[in-house]
Amino acid sequence: MIEVKDLYFTYPTGVEALKGITLTIDDGEFLAIMGQNGAGKTTLVKHFNGLLKSTKGEVVVDGVSTREVSVAQLARKVGFVFQNPDHQLFCETVEEEVAFALRNFGFEENAIKKRVDWALNLLDVTQYRQTSPFMLSGGERKRVALASVLAWDPQVVILDEPTIGQDHQQKEKLRQFIVQLNAQKKTVVVVTHDVEFVAECNPRVVLMSGGKIVAEGLAEEILTNQKLVAQASIVPPQITQIFLGLPDLGLPTNVIDVHEARRILLDLLEGAS
Amino acid sequence: MSMFEGFRFRRVSSVIHRLDPRVKFFFVCVLFVTAILFSKLTPLILLFFVPLPFVLVAGVQREWIRSMRGALFFAVVIFLFNFVFTYFYTQYPQFPSASLLERSLAMTLRFLVLVESFSVFFLTTSPDHLGLALEQSHVPYEFCFAFTTAVRFVPVLADEAQTIMDAQKARGLELERGNFLKRVRNYIPILIPLIVGAIRRSLELAEAMESRAWGASEKRTNLYVLKLKNTDYLLAFGSVLMLIFAVYVWLYVPVPSLITLLRL
Amino acid sequence: MANETLAVIKTRDLTYTYPGATKASIIDVSITIEKGEFVVLTGPSGCGKTTLCRCFNGLIPLFYGGKLEGEVVVAGRKVADHPIYELARHVGLVFQNPENQLFALSVEKDVAFGLENLAVSRDEMRKRVDWALQTTGIEELSERPPHELSGGQQQRVAIACVLAMQPEVMILDEPTSFLDPVGAQKIFEVMNELNKKLGMTIILVEHRLDLASKYANHVIVMDEGKVVLDGEPRGVFNSEKARLIGVGVPKATRLYQILRESGIHLDRVPVTSEEATSLLREVLKHD
Repeated sequence: MIEVKDLYFTYPTGVEALKGITLTIDDGEFLAIMGQNGAGKTTLVKHFNGLLKSTKGEVVVDGVSTREVSVAQLARKVGFVFQNPDHQLFCETVEEEVAFALRNFGFEENAIKKRVDWALNLLDVTQYRQTSPFMLSGGERKRVALASVLAWDPQVVILDEPTIGQDHQQKEKLRQFIVQLNAQKKTVVVVTHDVEFVAECNPRVVLMSGGKIVAEGLAEEILTNQKLVAQASIVPPQITQIFLGLPDLGLPTNVIDVHEARRILLDLLEGAS
Repeated sequence: MSMFEGFRFRRVSSVIHRLDPRVKFFFVCVLFVTAILFSKLTPLILLFFVPLPFVLVAGVQREWIRSMRGALFFAVVIFLFNFVFTYFYTQYPQFPSASLLERSLAMTLRFLVLVESFSVFFLTTSPDHLGLALEQSHVPYEFCFAFTTAVRFVPVLADEAQTIMDAQKARGLELERGNFLKRVRNYIPILIPLIVGAIRRSLELAEAMESRAWGASEKRTNLYVLKLKNTDYLLAFGSVLMLIFAVYVWLYVPVPSLITLLRL
Repeated sequence: MANETLAVIKTRDLTYTYPGATKASIIDVSITIEKGEFVVLTGPSGCGKTTLCRCFNGLIPLFYGGKLEGEVVVAGRKVADHPIYELARHVGLVFQNPENQLFALSVEKDVAFGLENLAVSRDEMRKRVDWALQTTGIEELSERPPHELSGGQQQRVAIACVLAMQPEVMILDEPTSFLDPVGAQKIFEVMNELNKKLGMTIILVEHRLDLASKYANHVIVMDEGKVVLDGEPRGVFNSEKARLIGVGVPKATRLYQILRESGIHLDRVPVTSEEATSLLREVLKHD
């Protein structure tokens, strides 16, 4: 679906943000791109919808090189939800806000109405249909921004740091939402440095540092590898840290989930007795 | 957003940068007054060269050339205006005289000297230095604060504008397409988030200011103080001399026109 | 229970409604915070924790208006009776967004801002600015403009700005929201330094309890404007109420809870991974 071939990118200011990225993202995947601030995560995903064009190398989305099409054309397939919803919201009502992209893409009025209804319902903001988006709370604005992107049903959804400022329950709802999107065969790419969130979702993880990919694999392999984690300047999930302190007791070191942890401990204790 | 590049002040330090902004401003005013005094080309040409050593010592040649290039358009307009109108008013239908040409060139050069002087001032004075000079010149603190805060946030707003454009482009907004009217309307989704963001930002700034004792004292103290150095006194003295000399020449010395000089 | 004379913040039936709002944002809040405590204030979004913080330094009611009922006393002063700039000497507030707290064109001028407002003499100011920069570990950044700094560095500058005024209490409202784990860790370390070495009372509003639990000795949980839990971390994190409200308790505590459900009992309630590790070791060794 998305193929990144030896991608290099240098900003006009001269900063080389990406140094040879090669990556393939299949349809229906759930991918987390992790690393500290400045590793190049957001720079990388901005190539997926053409906001940035490679300095060297190529990015191919659905068989088409991103250099050959406009951002608007790519956006039709690749939805990008920015970190701060306030960077998008500008309409007088939530309804207009959600319809904005649909109008840009040339949907006809009937289709627009149906999709707006569907998106508002999906994100549980139908009751705010006629409200001004500026009157809503932070969490509600985030949902409206997400609805406005999902409205046109892109095949790929990119979420840039969706967990910032969110409380535990909001993150849980987000996690379930992503599972739902995946179930609908959508590709979901999450850019994040929230290790606990990734531990709970257990997606495929791409770990970045200094503009390069330092590791790729399942969350439970990457987040539990102390060397990699230190290299990318992130911290392992708490459950992993707990188990990493007990290597001498023969416990597996790739645990990231609390229920998995319980199962292992129960097995160990049962086995001992 | 290259027009904002000038505000990302490079931390260059030279003797000129370290001069007290108040003294530099005085020097610029003297240049200004001198340029206004003379309508003849010869002194204005000399005056044009006066700030150049400052530009070179400060190492801001490239930026200086860029700002002069920007002023060139207006310079041409002024020249044409002056030349054409004066010609039709006084010399028509005769052939335009050399002195008319010289006078129009002089007017243009006067404009360029003014642009040049202020450009040198702003290119060699960092915004915080300028803010400090304003504070010490007893400009009310609210204005100084507004000035430095505005300068501080220009790069932030520029980045935010870029992010907003990206976010809206990612929703299918096409900024390059359409007729003039449509293009202007397409900027609404950029402007509104920018303005709303600026208002939100001001609120947060106000909270932070209050929380750090804004308004606690009638008279604020200052971490820094601008002290006049020897080089400052030198420039101030030089400027006064220049002013006296200019006034003297203007009053007593008949200035030859360039044509006369060239014939000699 | 809590010693009156040691209380640096005390509220009694504090209730506040924003101007134009139909519902109160905080309702009957009565808490006591003792000098030198490291308090973590948490709760779901919209529970009123940010509002409560602003009651401590006078932004409420003086900056925001609205209706404030009940009493709040900070460092021996009734907040409603003093202007904000007076309270700023005793209570510092660090906000969530690092960018919007820095107004000057160099770090040290920003750190001096509060002192300039308080008309502190230049010599004293210089000393305090240098001390604040040193304590937060950012001396080498002193002449840099804020725009060039990373979020984590900016937030440390913001802390230095508040620190320079030498308040008794420092409140930090989700200061690590925009920071990556490494940046967040540095902020926690600075807060811990201030608390342990300088005896400063710290009130931290935070969602990510797994990061904050290591340092806290007092946890307050709010929900829908009310204080629902108030006590020492172990008890609060382990309580049924915390789970019902949906507070993200540290995974170490969560592990303790689900192990207990399966019949495995650890000696104490862990809140950090180190505690959990050593408790598990005991249990596993016994067998």
